Amino acid sequence: MQIFPCPFCGPRDEREFHFATEAGKPRPEPADKVSAEDWAAYLYANEAPRGEAREVWLHLTCGEYFVMTRDTLTREVKGSETLPGRRA
Amino acid sequence: MSGWRLDRGGEIDRDRPIGFTFDGHAVTGFAGDTLASALLASGRRVLGRSFKYHRPRGLWGAGAEEPNAIVDVTEGGVTTPNLRATLEPLREGLALRSVNTWPEAARDRHRLLDRLNRFLPAGFYYKTFMAGGWMRWEPMIRRMAGLGRLDPANAPPADCAQINARADLLVIGAGPAGLAAARAAARAGRAVWLIDDGDAPGGSLRWRGGDIDGGPWRDWCADTQERILRAGGKILSRTTLWGAFDHGLYAAWERRCGAPDRLWRIRAGDVILAAGAIERPLWFANNDLPGVISAEAALRYLTLHGAVAGRRIVLATGNDGSYPVAAALARAGCDVTLADARGDTPDAPEGVDLRRETRVTGAEGRDAVARVRLNGVLQEADTLLVSGGLTPSVHIFMQAGGRLDWDAECDALIPRAGSASMRVAGAANGAFALADALAEGHAAAGGAGNAPRAEAAGDWGVLPMRPDPDAAGRQWIDFQNDVTLKDVALAQREGFVSVEHLKRYTTLGMATDQGRTSNFAGLAAMAGLTDRSIPETGTTTYRPPFLPVPLTVIAGRRRGQLFDPPRRLTLERAHRAAGAQLREYGGWLRPAHYGDDEAEAALREAGVARETVALYDASPLGKIEVIGPGAAELLDFCFFTRLSTLKPGRARYGLMLSETGIVFDDGVTLRLAGDRFIVSASSSHVDGVRLRLEDARQDRFDPARVFLHDVTAHWTTLCVAGPRARDVLRAAGVPVDLDDAALPHMGVTEADWNGRTLRIARVSFTGERSYELSVPSRHAEWLESLLAARVGEAGGGRIGLEAVLTLRAQKGFILIGKDTDGLTMPQDLGWPNRREDEFIGKRSLLTDEALRNDRRQLVGLTATDGGAAFTAGAHLVPLDAARRSLGFVTSVAPDPGAPHALALLESGRSRMGESVGVFDNGAVREARVIAPCAFDAKGERLHA
Repeated sequence: MQIFPCPFCGPRDEREFHFATEAGKPRPEPADKVSAEDWAAYLYANEAPRGEAREVWLHLTCGEYFVMTRDTLTREVKGSETLPGRRA
Repeated sequence: MSGWRLDRGGEIDRDRPIGFTFDGHAVTGFAGDTLASALLASGRRVLGRSFKYHRPRGLWGAGAEEPNAIVDVTEGGVTTPNLRATLEPLREGLALRSVNTWPEAARDRHRLLDRLNRFLPAGFYYKTFMAGGWMRWEPMIRRMAGLGRLDPANAPPADCAQINARADLLVIGAGPAGLAAARAAARAGRAVWLIDDGDAPGGSLRWRGGDIDGGPWRDWCADTQERILRAGGKILSRTTLWGAFDHGLYAAWERRCGAPDRLWRIRAGDVILAAGAIERPLWFANNDLPGVISAEAALRYLTLHGAVAGRRIVLATGNDGSYPVAAALARAGCDVTLADARGDTPDAPEGVDLRRETRVTGAEGRDAVARVRLNGVLQEADTLLVSGGLTPSVHIFMQAGGRLDWDAECDALIPRAGSASMRVAGAANGAFALADALAEGHAAAGGAGNAPRAEAAGDWGVLPMRPDPDAAGRQWIDFQNDVTLKDVALAQREGFVSVEHLKRYTTLGMATDQGRTSNFAGLAAMAGLTDRSIPETGTTTYRPPFLPVPLTVIAGRRRGQLFDPPRRLTLERAHRAAGAQLREYGGWLRPAHYGDDEAEAALREAGVARETVALYDASPLGKIEVIGPGAAELLDFCFFTRLSTLKPGRARYGLMLSETGIVFDDGVTLRLAGDRFIVSASSSHVDGVRLRLEDARQDRFDPARVFLHDVTAHWTTLCVAGPRARDVLRAAGVPVDLDDAALPHMGVTEADWNGRTLRIARVSFTGERSYELSVPSRHAEWLESLLAARVGEAGGGRIGLEAVLTLRAQKGFILIGKDTDGLTMPQDLGWPNRREDEFIGKRSLLTDEALRNDRRQLVGLTATDGGAAFTAGAHLVPLDAARRSLGFVTSVAPDPGAPHALALLESGRSRMGESVGVFDNGAVREARVIAPCAFDAKGERLHA
C-alpha cells in the first residue's frame, strides 16, 4: 500500500486517491477543428512510461486534483504539486 | 507407535491433561502442547495422505514449514480446514480429521494408488485428461486429490480487528539475532516493534539453550524484553509477519488464545529481518515415510513439550548443528546412531554411536520407518531424523524486492546487502552459529559497544547435501505436492528447465507449502541436471503471504452488513413503521413497496399515483450546490444541455456526457438565483457527477469563482405526486402560492415555514402533477407525518420505488445505466446536439461512429400477442430474416392491462409502427415499435 502526498492534506494512504490522467495533455478544441486522430489520441493514447511519470491524481477525501511525479517501476514518489496556478 | 513423553521437562503442564480425537481415535495431550506435539507424543505416526499418490505422511517439522501434518479441526461444531498441526495450540474439545483420506489416514481406501506411480508422472493430468474435455474428469480428480474439506456451516464471525500502526524500527523474529538487534536499538532509545511467530521470544534459544553475557539465556532474554518495553517498544508473540508491501508496509497475523485473531498493518521506518532458517530434508529412497522427521524439530519437541520422536533413532546429517540434537536424545534415554556424511567431524556426544562418512540411502517400513539403510546396510530403527542443512528464511526480504547471492560456506542463497530496504541478521543471513547471530543482530541495529557474548560455537561446518539422480528408489523433493526427483528429471527432459516452468509443470513448491522445505532441493536438482550452478538456476518468485492466512483475518470486519454498507434514509424508521419493505437501490436502502406481495403492491401503488395522490421518499436524489459567479459557465461546459439560459426560479432536465460522448448521467438542475444552482444527479451517480464538476472547476475554470457543495445527505426530499397533489399541499398549509401561474411545472421556489427552510420543485418523474418538497433532514419526520396524514385524507397513500419505476417507464423516462448502456449517445435518446459552444463530449458526437444511422435508439415496445410484459434484457430479433440481435429490452412497466417496455433498438426511430421479434425466455414474441412514452404523451396530467 503506497503513501501519496496530497499537496493540501499531506501524506495519505493510496486508497484515498484516484488516478485522473497523465499530466500535460491539453484538451484539443474547438471540437469542429479537431481531427479524429487528435481526438482519439487525447482520449486513448497514453505514454504509460516505465520509470518517471507525471500524473494528475485526485485526493477523494478533500476533492482536490494535483500533479504527482512518481516512478512506475520502483514506486518511489518524487513529489507532488498543485495544478498550475493553484496554491495549497 | 514410537513417539513417547518424558516424565518431566518442557513447557507443558502435566497436571492439565487435554483430550481430543484424531480421525475418531481418542488422544490425550497436555496444556502447552501444540496439536503436533500431542500427536507425536501419542505415538500416532500416519497423520495424512499425500496429495497425489495417497502415500502415508507423518509429522516433519515444528512450525510454519510443516508440509504434511495438515488437519481439518472441528471445534464447537464448526470445522476449519487445512490447519497446520504445528501452529495450533491444543485446547479442550477438538476433533481432528486428517486431510485427503477416507475413512482415515491409517486405512485410506486410495492407498493402493501409490502402486500405479509409474503411470502417474508429472504432467500426467495435463497429458491424459484432455480427451473428452477436462471438465468431464475434474470432479473425480478433485475427489481423489487435494487437502481439507470446506464446512458450509462454517460462517465465522467477522470479529478480526485490523489495526494500523507505525513502527520506527521493526524487527522480524525474536531469536538470538532479533533479540540482539532489538536490545541494541532499545538501548539507543528507539521504540522497537519485535514480532515473532513463536509462543514466546527466544527462537532457537528456547530449544537449543545457551549462555549469553555469562548467564542463562533466559535472564538475558527477559532483560532484553524489559528494555524494549521501557523504551516504548512493543513485543508481539504468536504473530506471523506474512507480507511486505509498497512503501514500507508490513502485514502481520496475530493469533490470540480465547480472543479473535488480529491483522496488523505496520508502516515501518527501518526493518531488520531475523526470521531464522528452515531445515532441509535429505534425499533417499522413501524419504517421505512417517517417522522421517527434521532433526531440529525433534529437538524442539523434546525440549519444549517433553515429546520424544522415537526410541531407536538414526540421525543423518552433514553439519555440526545436529550434534546437540543427538546428545539431547541420548540423555533422554534414546538409542541414537549419528550418521554423519563427513569424515572430519566433532567428537561423538556422550552415549551416541557416531558413524563417520555414513549416509542414509533408504528407509523401509510399511506405513512408517522400521529400518534404515546406512551406506547400504540395513539397521533397525523406528525413527529417522535428518538434517540436510539450513535454508535461510528470506521470504520477506524477497517480497520487498531483494536479490540473493550464493554463499558456498553456508551452502545457501543469502540476501545481497542493500538490494532491499531492510537489513538481515542471523540465520536468515546465513549466520547459523549463536555467537555470529548475536553479533549480526547487534550490528544491524547499529549497536554501540560489544555485541552480546555467547560461548564460541566454532564454525558451523556444513557439508553440501544434494539429491542424487543416480540413487535407487523414489526420492521425494516436495512432500506436500508429491513431487519426486524423477518428476524433476522428467520436466528437465521435456524442456521445463526454468524454475518457474518447473514449478508449474510438476507443482513443486505450490499450494499452502510454497516450497518452504522443497524449493532448495528442487532447484538444486535442476541445477545438477542442467549442469548449471544454483544461482544460475535461480529461484521462483516469492509472494505474500509467507504462510496461509485465514480469509477472516484478511477480510476483518468488512463482511456481511459491513462489506458494502448501504446508505440509510433519515426516515427509515418511519417507512418501516408504515409497513415498507426495504431494498437497496443504487447504494441506498429505500422502500420498495408496502405490504408483502410485491407485484400486486407495485401495481396498486402505481394506481394510487395515477388516481389520487402518492407520497414517496426521494431523498437520495443528488443535491450538488453550484455557487458563485462562475457557476453557469461551469455547468454549460460540463452538461450537454445548456444551463446558463435557465431563468432563476426554474428547473431544466439535462444530460451529462463523458468525453467519449456517452451519456454519463441525467437529471434536473434547479436555478435558485443567478449564481446558485442545484444539480439533481441520479441517486447512485452523485459522487461521480461531483468529481466531474470538480475536475472542470479546478483544471479549466477559476476555482475562486465557483464552489461545489454536495448536500445530498443534509436534506430530505418527499415527493407528492398525483391529480390531488396540490390539494394535499394546500391542506398541509404550505406557505407558498401554489397557483400554476406562480409555481408552474418546472418551477422552483423557496420559503420559510415557521422557521424551517422549505424548497419546492415542480419536477415530475411519474408523469403526474408533482411537488418535490425538501427540508433540512432534522425536519424530516415532522414533514413526513404531516404530508402522510394529508395524503391519507385525500384518499392517497405512500408508495415504494417499484411503483415509481413502473410509472416512469410508462412515461418513457430513462434510468442511466438501465435504459442506456456504454454506447448510448444523446442523439440515441432523441437529443441531437444544437450547441455551437464547447462542452464535454462534443467532439465525440462528430465521429463517424456517432453519425451512423443504424445506432441503437430508445423506443417503446408494446406486445401485439396480448401476452404478459416482456422480460428486461430480452434481445430484439428480426421476424423475417436471419436471427441476430437488434437490441434489447431495457425496462418494463408490467401493468397487465397495458404492458409497456423500453428498449434500445437498431435504427429504432425509423421503425416506428413496425413489428419486431422479442426473444423472450426461449420463444420469439411479436412486438410493435412505438414511442418511448406510452402514457399521456402531451403531458396534460402535469397540469391537471
